[in-house]
Amino acid sequence: MKLDSLIPAPLRKPAKPGEGNGAKGAAPADLKTAPPERPTDTKKLADRAVEAPVDALAWVDQRTAASGFLTGMLFRKVPKGTNWFYTLGSATLFAFIVQAITGVFLAMFYTPSTTQAYASISHINNEVFLGAFVHGLHKWGSSVMVILIFLHMGRTFFFGAYKYPRELNWVIGVVLLILTMTMAFTGYLLPFDQRSFWASVVGININGTGPVVGPYLSDFLRAGPELGATTLSRFYAIHMLLVPGAIIALIGAHLYLVVKLGTTAPPWLKAKKPKAAAPVSQLNASANGSDK
Amino acid sequence: MKPADKQAYLEEYELLKKKGKPFFPYAVMKDSAMMLLVAAVIIAMSIVLGAEQGPKADPTSTTYVPRPEWYFFFLFELLRVIKPPELVPIATIGIPTICMVLLLLLPFYDRGPERNPIRRPIATTAGVMTIVAMAYLTFLGATGGSPTEIEMEVAPRYEAGKEIVAGAGCLACHKIGENGGTIGPELTHIAQLVPRAAIVRSVEIGPDIMPSYRDLPPKKLNELADFLSSLD
Ligand code: HEC
Ligand code: HEM
Repeated sequence: MKLDSLIPAPLRKPAKPGEGNGAKGAAPADLKTAPPERPTDTKKLADRAVEAPVDALAWVDQRTAASGFLTGMLFRKVPKGTNWFYTLGSATLFAFIVQAITGVFLAMFYTPSTTQAYASISHINNEVFLGAFVHGLHKWGSSVMVILIFLHMGRTFFFGAYKYPRELNWVIGVVLLILTMTMAFTGYLLPFDQRSFWASVVGININGTGPVVGPYLSDFLRAGPELGATTLSRFYAIHMLLVPGAIIALIGAHLYLVVKLGTTAPPWLKAKKPKAAAPVSQLNASANGSDK
Repeated sequence: MKPADKQAYLEEYELLKKKGKPFFPYAVMKDSAMMLLVAAVIIAMSIVLGAEQGPKADPTSTTYVPRPEWYFFFLFELLRVIKPPELVPIATIGIPTICMVLLLLLPFYDRGPERNPIRRPIATTAGVMTIVAMAYLTFLGATGGSPTEIEMEVAPRYEAGKEIVAGAGCLACHKIGENGGTIGPELTHIAQLVPRAAIVRSVEIGPDIMPSYRDLPPKKLNELADFLSSLD
């Protein structure tokens, strides 16, 4: 693939000796035989119009200094050997975004009350334009996100990506995993059919058998002696405000660290070291891990 | 990891990064292709599998069989694999809590400099075993039904008795069809072995470690016996 043309020239890899044909385009035309055209008014206006978006961007950039960060982020190098396994994190992010968007539309029609929840879901499924489709996206998107987050965690585990200096990013990741499972648990009650009702009863009871905090946790979740109206609105608030907010904040921190630290290279790759340049102490430190 | 190891890693990483390609467009291309695939899968699932509703929630029905969403099957299965009631809290909260803590603290107790999975035999084995265990429990959960469900097809007039047997916890000890434990004798073909009256007597007396179900209302006891004496 010739993707290099998408990279701004100063950031491109320099051509290797022998590549390219030295001469930089055609020779400049003679000024006498081809004098520069005088710009007409329309042409000037057209030029302005073309420049307008650039000017606007420059205006924003002067005030935010974002371009330095953005080019730094977009054109940062990812290490040699970066492969398809490294797409699992952004795939998880994508699944989360699908959940967020479809969730907003479901929230427009859903009523978190024990008497109306079931009917509002029927309404979404049967009457709302594309309702069943969006509901389906949200329902199956949750399974896909759970699968992807586990695959992504597996990748970082087997690649040893949780080791120095990325320990903190692993810890943030585990919290994201717990929060994602919390989303799955709290979302399951919302349709308020038999399946979701009894699964939540059992889930809350299981929490209640836990050591020390167990009973408090299940009391908090149930919000009363029986699973009922307060439970449902509590699950709803957790599912669409509390946990998503926390997830978004933590994904932000997670991605900040990804950009800041860079992603790992596959663990089986070793860089060829210029032997003479490395101090003796470090040669020893990496002596049994160098080139095969 | 010793300071020298950290230094060596950072230098090594710097070299590999220098030899790499820019995030845009190379990694972005792969990421986008993967995202398109994910989108296609979710859309296809939504269209093919839909989002049907079950019957409306009814807090007064006690015979409904609770089933979690599939990704909690492994937790649910722990409940079944670990039988004695006093161990249940350990199974449901203790083990997951310990696993989560172990997972969270992983970078702090696995501090060796080696990253290649082939040369980290302990970590790699532990990881593979965890995946196999979770996959196995999820498979059991997907195929086994829940601890209070009998998945046997029966004639409509035996449905009521089947629900009672399922709800009364007989499966904790008896196997009926595909479901249940092996502490007591299997009841799948009980009608071949003993007559109806003997079944009723067993249920009322509760031989050996089996609890007595004398307090069941006569109607329920009747339906239960009808169901069991149809199993031949
Ligand atoms: C705590 C475990 C346990 C539970 C719960 C239990 N059983 Fe039993 N059951 C046993 C054991 C053990 C035996 C065998 C007793 C013996 O051989 O003396 C048995 C025997 C029986 C028998 C006689 C089988 C035969 O071959 O004669 C029947 C019928 C029976 N149980 C039905 C039930 C029903 C119905 C329920 C639920 C309402 C139930 N059991 C609940 C442990 C249990
Ligand atoms: C909402 C969930 C998550 C999102 C959106 C997310 C996103 C990402 C992205 C985009 C990357 C860049 C590299 C890659 O894609 O592989 C990454 C890296 C990483 N993630 Fe996640 N992640 C999530 C959950 C997790 C979890 C559950 C863990 C582990 C417990 C984890 C641990 C890591 C680590 C250690 C890295 C660095 C990998 C490396 O440098 O090679 N993440 N994450």
